Amino acid sequence: MAALRQIAFYGKGGIGKSTTSQNTLAALVEMGQKILIVGCDPKADSTRLILNAKAQDTVLHLAAEHGSVEDLELEDVLKVGYKGIKCVESGGPEPGVGCAGRGVITSINFLEENGAYDDVDYVSYDVLGDVVCGGFAMPIRENKAQEIYIVMSGEMMALYAANNISRGILKYANTGGVRLGGLICNERQTDRELDLAEALAKRINTKLIHFVPRDNIVQHAELRKQTVIQYAPDSKQAEEYRQLATKIHENGGKGTIPTPISMEELEDMLLAFGIMKTDEQMIAELAAKEAARQAAVPA
Amino acid sequence: MSDSYENDGKAHEQYITEVLAQYPDKFAKRRRKHLAVAKAVEAAPDAPVGEEGPLLTECDVKSNIKSIPGVMTIRGCAYAGSKGVVWGPVKDMVHISHGPVGCGQYSWSQRRNYYVGTTGIDAFGTMQITSDFQEKDIVFGGDKKLDKVIDEIEAMFPLNGGISVQSECPIGLIGDDIEAVSRRKGKEIGKTIVPVRCEGFRGVSQSLGHHIANDAIRDWVLDKSAEAEWEAGPYDVNIVGDYNIGGDAWASRRLLEEMGLRICGNWSGDATLAEMERAPKAKLNLIHCYRSMNYICRHMEEKYGVPWMEYNFFGPSQIAASLRKIAKHFGPEIEAKAEEVIAKYKPLVDGIVEKYGPRLKGKKVMLYVGGLRPRHVMTAYEDLGMEIAGTGYEFAHNDDYQRTGHYAKPGTLIYDDVTGYELEKFVEKIRPDLVGSGIKEKYPVQKMGIPFRQMHSWDYSGPYHGYDGFAIFARDMDLAINNPVWDLFDAPWTDGGELLAAAE
Repeated sequence: MAALRQIAFYGKGGIGKSTTSQNTLAALVEMGQKILIVGCDPKADSTRLILNAKAQDTVLHLAAEHGSVEDLELEDVLKVGYKGIKCVESGGPEPGVGCAGRGVITSINFLEENGAYDDVDYVSYDVLGDVVCGGFAMPIRENKAQEIYIVMSGEMMALYAANNISRGILKYANTGGVRLGGLICNERQTDRELDLAEALAKRINTKLIHFVPRDNIVQHAELRKQTVIQYAPDSKQAEEYRQLATKIHENGGKGTIPTPISMEELEDMLLAFGIMKTDEQMIAELAAKEAARQAAVPA
Repeated sequence: MSDSYENDGKAHEQYITEVLAQYPDKFAKRRRKHLAVAKAVEAAPDAPVGEEGPLLTECDVKSNIKSIPGVMTIRGCAYAGSKGVVWGPVKDMVHISHGPVGCGQYSWSQRRNYYVGTTGIDAFGTMQITSDFQEKDIVFGGDKKLDKVIDEIEAMFPLNGGISVQSECPIGLIGDDIEAVSRRKGKEIGKTIVPVRCEGFRGVSQSLGHHIANDAIRDWVLDKSAEAEWEAGPYDVNIVGDYNIGGDAWASRRLLEEMGLRICGNWSGDATLAEMERAPKAKLNLIHCYRSMNYICRHMEEKYGVPWMEYNFFGPSQIAASLRKIAKHFGPEIEAKAEEVIAKYKPLVDGIVEKYGPRLKGKKVMLYVGGLRPRHVMTAYEDLGMEIAGTGYEFAHNDDYQRTGHYAKPGTLIYDDVTGYELEKFVEKIRPDLVGSGIKEKYPVQKMGIPFRQMHSWDYSGPYHGYDGFAIFARDMDLAINNPVWDLFDAPWTDGGELLAAAE
C-alpha cells in the first residue's frame, strides 16, 4: 500500500468546497482508493453527498453528550458512505459561542489517536472559509495535510481568500512540509475567469489544477443529497470531476511552496483584468451617472 | 523618633552598574530605567514624613511595563489582582474561578484575609469554587456551565450574599458572554452577580486586575447604593484597601472607632457585599492600599462626592500622623479624641521601642513587595531604629514612586519589577540584616545567611497595622534578626580552631 496521502480543501465560504471535494473524492473512490473525509466546519455539511443523508453526528457533539472525547469510540463517529468512503464530521458550537478552532484540534487529535487513519489511502480535510485562527490551520500544520487545494473562482473575494490561504500555507511550509497542491477554479462565469485563475496561480507559484465548468446538474444531484458521480455517472460533469480526481491523484508530491502576493499586487492584478476599477474610474463613472440623472430631471 | 540616616548612594550606583554589566546591552539599557538611587531633594529637616509631608527624595523609575520573559519576575496576573486581592476577601460572596481548574486551585485559601463567619455557611473566603472547564466547555462555550454552577451554589450555599465570576484566560479567548449570564441569573435568584473580566493575559501585572475589579464594583455593586439600608451618620468612614491580612483591618478599625468614627464599610478584608453597596453613604474614604483601590475612590468622589484620603497605619509615627490627619477632616471634637488615642497608646509604643529598639537599632533592611508596603512599612522599621537600604515594587505605577519620595532616605536603592538575578545580587552586595519580601524570595535569601520576613502574608503572623500590630511587627523582626540560628550559619570547622584539627 502506498503511503497515506493527506489533502485538504480550503477556499472562501460558499465557493463550493464541500461539493467539489465530495465529487472529486467520489471519483477517486472509483479509482480504487480508500478514503476518509474529515469535515472541519462547524456546519458539518462536508459529508452529506457521500452519506446521502442530511448530517451525521459530529465528534464534538457526541463528545459533549458523553462527557469528553475520551468517552468516545471511533465507531460512534465514523460513518461509511458511497462505495465505502469513511466519513467523520468534527462539528462545533453554534455560531457566536465557544471556540470552533479548538474543536477542530480536538477532533483531529481524537481521530489520529484512535486509528481512523489506519487502512486508508487518502485523508481529505474539508475546512471552513478562511484560516481565521490556529485551530483552522490544524490540517495545514505538521504531519497533517501534505497538499492543500484551494477552491476559488474569478470573483474578487475568492481571489483574496485564495491568496490569504496561501499565506497560511507558507507559514507552515518550512516547519511542517505542507505544500500548495494547486487551485481549483469553480466557474462562476465572471469575465476572463480562466485567464485570471491561471494568472493568479502563476503569481503565487502554483498551477490551476482544473477548471470546473458550471453545470446545473451539480445542483440537481445535490438536491438529492448525491454527488454527480452517483446521480449521473455518465454525465459530462461527472467526467470533469473524474479528470480532477486523476489530476490530484497524479499530483502527489508535486505541491509547491506558495509565494503569496501583497494586497497592492493583488489589486493591481485585478485592475489589469478589469475586475476592479481604480478610484478615478469609479469617481468618473459616478460623475457620469450623476450628470445623466441631472440631465433627466426636467428643468 | 527615628534617627536620620543616609544610604551609601555611590555604592548603590556601583551595584546597579555591576548587575547590569551581566546583561546583554539591549536588555541592560531597558533594565537601567527600572533601577535608581533615591536622590535627595531640598526639604525642611524637621518636617514630618508621609504623603502629606515634604518630599525627601526623588525615586522615579520606569514602571508598569511588560516584564521580559525569562527574568523570573515576581509579578502575578490580572486574575490574581481581582480574585486574589480585591474580590476574594469579600466574605459573604461566592467567587467562582471561572475557567479550568488550576487558577482556582492555586489561589485556594486566599491571602490570609481573616474574617468572622462560618465558612461554608455564611462566609466563603477560604473555599475554592471553580467551573472546572473541560474541552467541551471551550469548544461549545461555558455559559451553560456557568448557569449551572450558579444554580448549584444557590442550592448548596443559600446564605450567600451574592456571587462574583472571576474570569480566567479562556473566557476572554472564546468570548463567553458572562455579563448576559450574570444579569439573567441575578434576576432569577434575586442576588447580585458580578461578572469580572479579569482574564490573566490582560495587562502587564496584577495591577490591571485591581483596576478591572474596581470597575466591576463601580458597574455592578455601587449602582445599588441608593437602596442600601444604612442610616448615614456624620462620622461614617470607609476603610478602603485594607485586606485584613492576619487581622490588619481589625487593628485599624479599633483605632478609628476609639477616636469617634464609625466604620461604614471595610474594603475588602472581612467585608460583606452590603458594606460595599452602602459605601457611597460614608463621609470619607480612607485608603490604605492606594495602588489597588484608588480607582474606586476617585469614582466615589466624582459620582457621590465622597472625598478620599490616604493614610498609613504602620508604625507609631505614621499612625499618629495619620490619626491627626483624619481627625482634622472631622473637626476639633474628633481631633481631641485622636490625641487621647495617641496618648493612650504611648506607653505601649514606648515599651515596644524600649524593649526591641536596642536589639534592632541600626539594622539594615531591604524590601521588595507589592501595592503599598514598599513605602508604607519603611517608617515602622525606622521607628525601631532600623534603616531601609533598598526598596521596590512588583507592579507600581509612576504615582507610587512619586509617593515613595516622601519616605525613602537619600541613597536608597530603588528597583522596579526586579528580576530574580538583580534582587539576589543586590542582597549579596548590600548584605542587609533583614530582607522583607515574598515566599519565592524567602529561602534563597535565608540560604545566603540573611534573616527574612515575608511581607505579603506577614509570614503567618500579624496583624502589623495599628498599635497592636506594631507590637507584633517589632517582635517578629526581632525573632527573625536575632534568631541564634544565624550564629550557627558557618560550619564550625571553618574557623581554624579545634574542630578543624579534629575534622582533619
